[in-house]
Amino acid sequence: MSTSTLLETRDLGCIRNDRQLFEHLEFALEAGEMLVVEGPNGCGKTSLLRILTGLRLADKGDILWRGEPIDRLAGDYYEQVNYVGHHDGIKHELSCLENLRLARAMGVPSQRDLDDVLEQVNLYAYGESVVGSLSAGQKRRLALARLLATDSLLWILDEPFTSLDKASMEMFAALFEQHLQREGVIVVTSHHDISLPTLAIQRLNLGQPA
Amino acid sequence: MSNRLSLGQAFIFLLRRDMLLALRNRAEYAMPLLFFVLVITMFPLALGAQPELLARIAPGIIWVAALLAAMLSLDSIFRSDFDDGSLEQILLSAHPVAILVLAKVCAHWLVTGLPLLIVAPLLAEMLGMSTAAQPTLLLTILIGTPILSLIGAIGVALTVGLRKGGIILSLLVLPLYVPVLIFAASAIDNAAMGFEVSAQIYMLLAFLLLSVSLSPWATAAALRMSAS
Repeated sequence: MSTSTLLETRDLGCIRNDRQLFEHLEFALEAGEMLVVEGPNGCGKTSLLRILTGLRLADKGDILWRGEPIDRLAGDYYEQVNYVGHHDGIKHELSCLENLRLARAMGVPSQRDLDDVLEQVNLYAYGESVVGSLSAGQKRRLALARLLATDSLLWILDEPFTSLDKASMEMFAALFEQHLQREGVIVVTSHHDISLPTLAIQRLNLGQPA
Repeated sequence: MSNRLSLGQAFIFLLRRDMLLALRNRAEYAMPLLFFVLVITMFPLALGAQPELLARIAPGIIWVAALLAAMLSLDSIFRSDFDDGSLEQILLSAHPVAILVLAKVCAHWLVTGLPLLIVAPLLAEMLGMSTAAQPTLLLTILIGTPILSLIGAIGVALTVGLRKGGIILSLLVLPLYVPVLIFAASAIDNAAMGFEVSAQIYMLLAFLLLSVSLSPWATAAALRMSAS
């Protein structure tokens, strides 16, 4: 194991509803690398991502962060993780700014000003607007804005581009590239093509649903 | 190395968020209080002109109504957070989940338990409860309702992942509420008859300490199970 390996799995296996979704899954991600998880619906992409966040326990095997099992690191691992799942994880009754402030309170605040963060995801004009009045794509952008509002090395993104328009997809792809350049790590599933100029992309195909 | 907020700040932040959400969803959160008041006002109408009987059963009426009002409001502790994915974000927080859970339960009590304390004297007066018993009534509500929120949080955390968790929730939680009901009602009865009530109050305080120290951990563990 090289010293810059951040995230690593050993013999990972997942069973769901008595079906083996995957087994003996092994990969290692170094700083600045991105893992794209591919496969048809129902092959366990979301399960794998939730296992990597620690929300779901692996049925078999270990996940190591800098060589240490994540269940032993607990809070020290969560501090490094930013997860955007199927659900946006934002409150519809609160404004954009209130949502981002909460995300900061739960994690590690980044140095960026929240207005800058909103400007970057093209939501600056909506800072004080209640999220419930935004469109699906705008909500998705706000969920992804959490990545910028907090400081974390590992981004775990489940279909981040759902309901985003083409321009927004390109904008976030550029942000992913920046994150990788800053020695971050990204694990992502997407049915959209993620075209980054970076070479450090690993692809993992979970294959057919059993 | 990190500049993450202190645990106390995160606690206050989450507490304020939940209060703010309650403020913006006023109608939903006013329901339990309305239920409490309506149920209690039905009793004098149903029992007819029997003021002695009413005063005699007043402690029981108020506490049973408080119990059911608490049950009614429990689901709101974690339901919306579970549905919109905020719960995942809380579980993935760098802070200990048990403390964050405690913040949410505190907010729940401030929104649903505290109002009961405020309207209880009026209702007690309406039922003709003796003035000697009223301070004890308020004391039992002050100590008892946080216990209801804390125990209820465990039940909601266990059932929030189920489609129709409502019935299981009441079966799960009501038996655990019974000791609170017994000691609270007995304290008020004793006070009405002019007896010493410290034994019951100390028992309730012991329940409160026990549930404050144990319930958040159990709730956090149950939430992890429900979310996975």
